[in-house]
Amino acid sequence: MESLLQQVFSGIANGGIYACMALALVMIYQSTHHINFAQGEMAMFSTFVAWQLAQMGLPLWLAFLATVAISFGGGVLLERIVIRPVERANQLTVVIVSLGLFIAFNGLAGLFWGYIVKSFPTPFPTTPLQIGGVAFSAQDVGVIVVSVVTLGLISLFFQKTKLGLAMRAAALYPEQSRVLGIRVGWMLALGWGLAAAVGAISGIMIAPIVFLDPNMMQSVIVYAFAAAVLGGIESPIGAVVGGLVLGVVINLLGTYVDWIGNELRLAAALAIIVVVLVVRPAGLFGRVTVQRV
Amino acid sequence: MPRPDAGLVVRVAVAAAVVAALPWIVPSFLVFDLIYVGAYAIAILGLVILTGMNGQISLGHGAFMALGGYVVAILAHSLGWPYWAGVLLAAVASGLAGLFIGLVALRLAGVYLALATFSLAVATPSFLKHYKSITGGFGGMSLAPVQAPPGVPLDGQHWLYYVTWAVAGALFLISALLVRGKFGRALRALRDNPIAAVSFGVNPYFYKTLAFGWSAVLAGISGGFLAIPTAFVSPDTFTSALSITLLIGAVLGGISTFWGALVGGIVIEFLPLVAQQVNAAAPSVVYGVALILVMMFLPDGIVGGVLRSIHRLRRAPPQPALDTPTPSSTTPITVSPQPRE
Amino acid sequence: MTSSVRKAAIGLFAAVFALAVTGSTIAPVAAADPGVSDTEIVLGGTHPYSGPASAYGNIGKGIAAYFSYVNDHGGVNGRKIKYIDKDDGYSPPQAVQLVHQMVEQDHVFAIFDTLGTAVNTALRPYLNQNGVPHLFVATGASTWGHDYQKFPWTIGWQPDYQAEAILYAQDILQNHPKAKIGVLYQNDDYGEDYNNGFKRGLGSHGNMIAKMASYETSDPSVGSQIATLKASGADTLMIFATPKFAIQAMVLAAQQSWHPTIYLNNVANAIPYMQAAAKAGGQAAVNGVITTYYLKDPANHARYGGDAGVKLYNEIMTKYLPSADKDDGNYLYGVSIAYTMVDVLKRAGKDLTRKKVMDIATNLVEKDNPLVYPGVVIRTSPKFRYPITQMIAAKWLGTDWSPTGVLVDTRSTTMAEK
Repeated sequence: MESLLQQVFSGIANGGIYACMALALVMIYQSTHHINFAQGEMAMFSTFVAWQLAQMGLPLWLAFLATVAISFGGGVLLERIVIRPVERANQLTVVIVSLGLFIAFNGLAGLFWGYIVKSFPTPFPTTPLQIGGVAFSAQDVGVIVVSVVTLGLISLFFQKTKLGLAMRAAALYPEQSRVLGIRVGWMLALGWGLAAAVGAISGIMIAPIVFLDPNMMQSVIVYAFAAAVLGGIESPIGAVVGGLVLGVVINLLGTYVDWIGNELRLAAALAIIVVVLVVRPAGLFGRVTVQRV
Repeated sequence: MPRPDAGLVVRVAVAAAVVAALPWIVPSFLVFDLIYVGAYAIAILGLVILTGMNGQISLGHGAFMALGGYVVAILAHSLGWPYWAGVLLAAVASGLAGLFIGLVALRLAGVYLALATFSLAVATPSFLKHYKSITGGFGGMSLAPVQAPPGVPLDGQHWLYYVTWAVAGALFLISALLVRGKFGRALRALRDNPIAAVSFGVNPYFYKTLAFGWSAVLAGISGGFLAIPTAFVSPDTFTSALSITLLIGAVLGGISTFWGALVGGIVIEFLPLVAQQVNAAAPSVVYGVALILVMMFLPDGIVGGVLRSIHRLRRAPPQPALDTPTPSSTTPITVSPQPRE
Repeated sequence: MTSSVRKAAIGLFAAVFALAVTGSTIAPVAAADPGVSDTEIVLGGTHPYSGPASAYGNIGKGIAAYFSYVNDHGGVNGRKIKYIDKDDGYSPPQAVQLVHQMVEQDHVFAIFDTLGTAVNTALRPYLNQNGVPHLFVATGASTWGHDYQKFPWTIGWQPDYQAEAILYAQDILQNHPKAKIGVLYQNDDYGEDYNNGFKRGLGSHGNMIAKMASYETSDPSVGSQIATLKASGADTLMIFATPKFAIQAMVLAAQQSWHPTIYLNNVANAIPYMQAAAKAGGQAAVNGVITTYYLKDPANHARYGGDAGVKLYNEIMTKYLPSADKDDGNYLYGVSIAYTMVDVLKRAGKDLTRKKVMDIATNLVEKDNPLVYPGVVIRTSPKFRYPITQMIAAKWLGTDWSPTGVLVDTRSTTMAEK
């Protein structure tokens, strides 16, 4: 029984990682209606920036805040410089641009910081904790807590503030929003900035667990996408629930179902998600739209 | 069926002539690379039809390439089948798989379809590794190099070049015939305005599934033509990066036109090599930046951009030829789910 | 369209088609041995400079740095080395295309230090069919030494994974004969080779393995696997993993309050990795970990500060790769393997042919490689093509590795593979 609980908690811990990153994906999607493939690499890059600041002597909390601010600014700049010219074009064009950003950021991080795996400082104590025979680390708990808090903030922002409402309007109905006086261009830039900031937070929370190298986010991002879509790509709650569910399901499937084993874990999880999508095409918490053809 | 316009015939004839002549003009290692261009062009054509014409985004066509490539490899390596038979069977197998996935895809759209197809691509290496008794597992399988049949005065590589491009030409022709008539109109109608299309009696399930199936056939054959010159298959050959690369090639070439598929094949094959020439230390950065720049200046891809310049030069209002994107089109490809009314 | 234009088009098409059908292949001009001139030797290779395996690209950079150093000091018997190194993204089709180009257009003398088991398996047939030396491939798969009769132009360099795993098995049998072993391994050819060796090394005591758990490189964390291994009651953990996952494994074991005796494969034992594990998991995570060595560790300044070989390495790095992180063992690997390559070329003398170079490479006794662990001799013979077979065990005590015991030669266990 203890080992089952341990696997469940391991799953929740991994799930927290997916949830964190999935929130950034939901963020960018809610504010721009684009899939940003580069979200993970941007988060990784931000994490390296934080690492560099810490190496240069900044205390951890200051490096954290500075990085989130820098990432916000970076996200806004990226949107204005790289995305804006192609906004009006085919949506696929934007997809390719985000893929280009993915590849470029990955290469840049390798160029600047090399590929030796690094540890990332954590504000949480490293002594292992135990409850009822289940072992976990303070970092694992921290990831989940931060995800939930971020989730709360994002939900509040989008549902309860004028700015959040304006951003959602700009993403859903750009032409009508312009008529209403909303500066759609700046709403999109703001969306990118906020998503980059959330990504930076994710990266900083995740790095102490998975360790820092340029390829750190590549395994996470696939799960994060799956979690975001499973939960409903426009629902922050869905992202967190999706992430945690995904983490636990993958762990349990891999550990206890022999023919799946570890090799087919990811495939099995993705298959489940596809099944869920077929039944509920908008995801668990997504808004069900009128079924078009 | 309407008569093909004469200009098109000339263009195709010139292209065929160029393809036939190239091996005598370019150095021999380049002929090898051009085999891959042909293979990729076939797969990208599938995406042109599925995504460009029918609006279904697929990030998983690498999986069909894997299926095709491994069918050819397994039949040749374990059963001694000749390659042409393997490719035929690969086409059938991928077609069936494509029809199945297409049925599943009917329920999904936009980002959800993107993720579902991407899942396929991500899961492919795992499956290939898992069923190691059939697929050879991580070690992969080696294949015999191609020899020209007796009586043909070409070396194996040149023979494979001509076979690849002949097959590509045939597939482009068949696809052109497919989409010229009712099939193509139905695909485009379903992309641009599904409600109107259905009201006019277009059966979405039939056409969308068929589009998926045919694009999968193309990808499967392409996978075979990827495996044969490499003379090797392994799970590393068919990672999720391949599916992404196909989409990149399609969009950079010009996702709405057949010529775009050809250009896309050239781009996929040579852009990484060019990126290394520019900066060997960080080729990824060059590659990524190149993608961004091309999209900024040629948002409809290279062929789209060329067509637009031609129209501007002619000073005639752009003829809305069915397979030319009009500059003011609003997002013909819907990647996001439609907002609730 | 006018009929004259149409006729011209058809005529052009027909002419070219006729040419195509009747022409014959332009045969390559056969040189005595390509890639060698009075002034230059051309070597080619591919490494991953993009994609998930990019970390190993630094091996290629280390090689290039060493070749520059050699060229600046008179070259090889008066010839300078021209080194063509391209990015294959760890993709076999891309590597195959690049190597075709190197052989057919750049006319390289030999292909050297191509990286990755899948990549080299794909390259092997073409290179062997064309008599191109396929030298010192950068992978420890046992097949390079095992299958030399089918592929005589191919040879490895680093100790093969199976031999390394056998060493760990023997250490366990000797020092922990009642151990219950949990094995964490990467689910690919690399992990599979290690597992095979490990089981062979345990021989009839294979039942000492309580549980084996694999991970994929696409897994973010190996927490679940560690939990599984702990639950099996194992008191010894054998880690066959690449650096990131090895570090995670050590840290997670400590976090799950599990303190097995840990054996670590040498791919992941560089000091920066151990330090990272110590930072994240505390000293408990890393104390007493056992590994093997065959190269010097550039990050171990305490032990190798005064070592002539490492000094040379640092000078080369400072001069030719000034902005690189010298502690990255991949650069050192590159310099070391390049040393062997140059050694072989030098021994061939002025009269350089491919056959001669293969003969030397398969009859090699190299005692002066500056960067292998002191005492390691790189040795091959025509029937035994595993150049490096010696390793020394080491234990992590406090802040660095302390060698334990003596340099062990795994030659005999490798020969028994036949």
